[in-house]
Amino acid sequence: MRAPVNKIIPFSFVDGFGNRTAIFLQGCNQSCLYCHNPETINLCFACGECVKICPEGALSLENGRVVYDIKKCRLCDGCLRVCRFCSSPRVRELTPSQVFDEVWPNLPFIDGVTVSGGECTLYPDFLRELFTLVKAAGRTTYIDTNGQTPLWPLTELLAVTDKTMIDLKSGDDGEHRKLAGLGLPTVIRNIEETARLGKLYEIRTVCVPGVLDNERTVRLGAGLIARYPEVRYKLIKYRPFGVRAGVLDGVPSPDDAEMARLRDISVSLGVTDVVVT
Amino acid sequence: MDLKPDMTIMDIINEPTLTYREIVLNLAKFAENSVDSITYPEREADLLRRDVIFDMGEGLTPYRPRYCVPDYDLFFKNGSKFLELEPPTDIWSAVGNLMCLYHNLTGAGALPVFAGRLDELLEPFITDEAEAKKAIKMLLVHVDRTIGTAFLHVDLSPRKTRAGMIILELSEEMRRPCPNMTLLYDPDVTPDDYALRAIECGLSVSKPCFANHRLYSSETKDYAVVSCYNVLPTGGSGMTLTRLNLHRLPALASSVDDLLERVIPEVTAAMCTVIDCRIRFMVEDCHYFERNFLCKEGLVRFDDEHMVGMFGYVGLAECVNAMLGAKDKSERYGSCEKADALGEAIMDKLAAEMSKYKPKYGHYALHAQSGVTFDTESSPGGRIPIGDEPELPRHIAQYARMHQHCVAGCSEIFPFDETAKKNPTAVLQIIKGAFSLGARYLAFSSSDSDLIRVTGYLVKKSDIEKYRAGTANLNDATSLGYNANTYSNLFARKVRKTQ
Repeated sequence: MRAPVNKIIPFSFVDGFGNRTAIFLQGCNQSCLYCHNPETINLCFACGECVKICPEGALSLENGRVVYDIKKCRLCDGCLRVCRFCSSPRVRELTPSQVFDEVWPNLPFIDGVTVSGGECTLYPDFLRELFTLVKAAGRTTYIDTNGQTPLWPLTELLAVTDKTMIDLKSGDDGEHRKLAGLGLPTVIRNIEETARLGKLYEIRTVCVPGVLDNERTVRLGAGLIARYPEVRYKLIKYRPFGVRAGVLDGVPSPDDAEMARLRDISVSLGVTDVVVT
Repeated sequence: MDLKPDMTIMDIINEPTLTYREIVLNLAKFAENSVDSITYPEREADLLRRDVIFDMGEGLTPYRPRYCVPDYDLFFKNGSKFLELEPPTDIWSAVGNLMCLYHNLTGAGALPVFAGRLDELLEPFITDEAEAKKAIKMLLVHVDRTIGTAFLHVDLSPRKTRAGMIILELSEEMRRPCPNMTLLYDPDVTPDDYALRAIECGLSVSKPCFANHRLYSSETKDYAVVSCYNVLPTGGSGMTLTRLNLHRLPALASSVDDLLERVIPEVTAAMCTVIDCRIRFMVEDCHYFERNFLCKEGLVRFDDEHMVGMFGYVGLAECVNAMLGAKDKSERYGSCEKADALGEAIMDKLAAEMSKYKPKYGHYALHAQSGVTFDTESSPGGRIPIGDEPELPRHIAQYARMHQHCVAGCSEIFPFDETAKKNPTAVLQIIKGAFSLGARYLAFSSSDSDLIRVTGYLVKKSDIEKYRAGTANLNDATSLGYNANTYSNLFARKVRKTQ
């Protein structure tokens, strides 16, 4: 069993509790307008455009696949810029134990691992095996998800998952579909079910002024988690950095006053831990 | 300080970036260096001339130990006959006595490098916390404005104390480079909330650093971290710090085997002889230990356990890379197992050869020296060169492995980006992991801090701007920081992005 691994960041301070190794899997079932790493959305189908422009010769076409030589790559990101299909040739198909081998040297320094994406819950069996290895090494396991895969039936996966971190992108089903391509009900149920199980670390909302009804989203999110004081609400300022051109051109980041207003709303609805970032 | 060697008396007097006191100290150094007081054997003299061995600018007439590490507990217990001080009875007499002693300490820079395990010393005198804060603030302001050297080091004990909390709080409030500070950290003794408080302070003002207390105390039962991460016995002396420039060795060696089997034994023996010559001169010709009140009153002891000849070194990375002809980063020290294995073999050999030498006074200990201002060809101790840093987990494990023998101290600096401030728990987990692998010492800071760590000491970026504009300022290390950055591009140390 393998999953497409986009990258592994040995130490991340922003993907859950403490210091964590963050593993990004390729492929997503949504396509959000404001996606900050659109190169993780689709699997590569070997059109070969990137092979032509790689200045280090780190990419080659072999048997209908783009082969990536990690040793030659200088991470100039030229391949990501030239790709018209929101993909990346720098993806490795790895087994859970291969990923664990790369996590292993980090174990003394980390509280645990977080698997993100793309959308990591597209690979539930892979997650379950990887997490089993991580748990056996005494470290914690977090899933970072858009909430579109029903998690509550995946009891074996949840048994080896310490926490989930779930996006709440919109408080309105229609708006959610327009923004992300899929609707809201599964996201809400995932938040409810994982919170009930004590397996929800945080929910996150990216606030985009003038485009989304941020207040409505925050009111929904706060209502869902207010009775679970250990769950935090992370309110994220929209930032144009990394977002595809021609999608949200000219949309500014929300100012501090707007973020403070949204934070105050969630606090007034009973959320004790609100982080603005 | 660290002036150019060819300066005349009038040059020193007219140097606009020096304070009055720095002018006096430099004139004294000028006098010390006007006589050649030590005669070295021919081989040693030759290696000194060729900059294989470096006397660290201690000068030609070492008449007192480089670093003085007084036994403050004994000083508090007995007071001092010479200084006519009774043992302290309250927080005010405690800080008052300390100030008196600081100004009577000896050292190669004529300034103290160790201010005591301050929290443990002051804790018994705290009855009212607000009053204690006033007294400790007076002490810290006093040392910053009068001693004013970022080489002065305060240690904090592993235990959480009220005094320790006050010192951390004041350090953050005052935002000054002096004194430097180390938490002697032991995960079994130091509670997480206190360690996290220290990390928050460190990310704000680049101090305290963390020392691996369990490891250091297993080697030197009662020790202090002083100056630039020198680890010495309490009640002892760092007699001299002489430095082996490992980056000069490839020119002397015909092969890796020749380096390990002939060159290193030879230069190590020469280093030991130079250290011995300097210490003998200090003890036998200058009578320091017979005459100074610190020794007479037992605050600094004259015995082998407490007298340390510090065997410094730099340039391990450059030595390894040159011996292997490593060009690409993937072949160089820090990123390549073959290179790291050679680095470890060099250190093992150095330590083994050093331990064969029987010095006349004291004992010798390895110290990964953190560089001097005008170093351009060598990285500090066994550090990975700036620009060659591997990913952090490998970097830390490599650092632990290369400095196993550094009983007299070593250091590595990890600047984090500002996301660390929101997640000090992550930094604590890294420290715990590093210490579990045998790392001795970690300095860290946030990349947006005005206080920045240069090799070992702290300077303010804003003070460096003043220095650049040609005005004197309080911290005598500012000029060192300015020059170090100019010569070695130190401020380019890789900032750890944590996503």
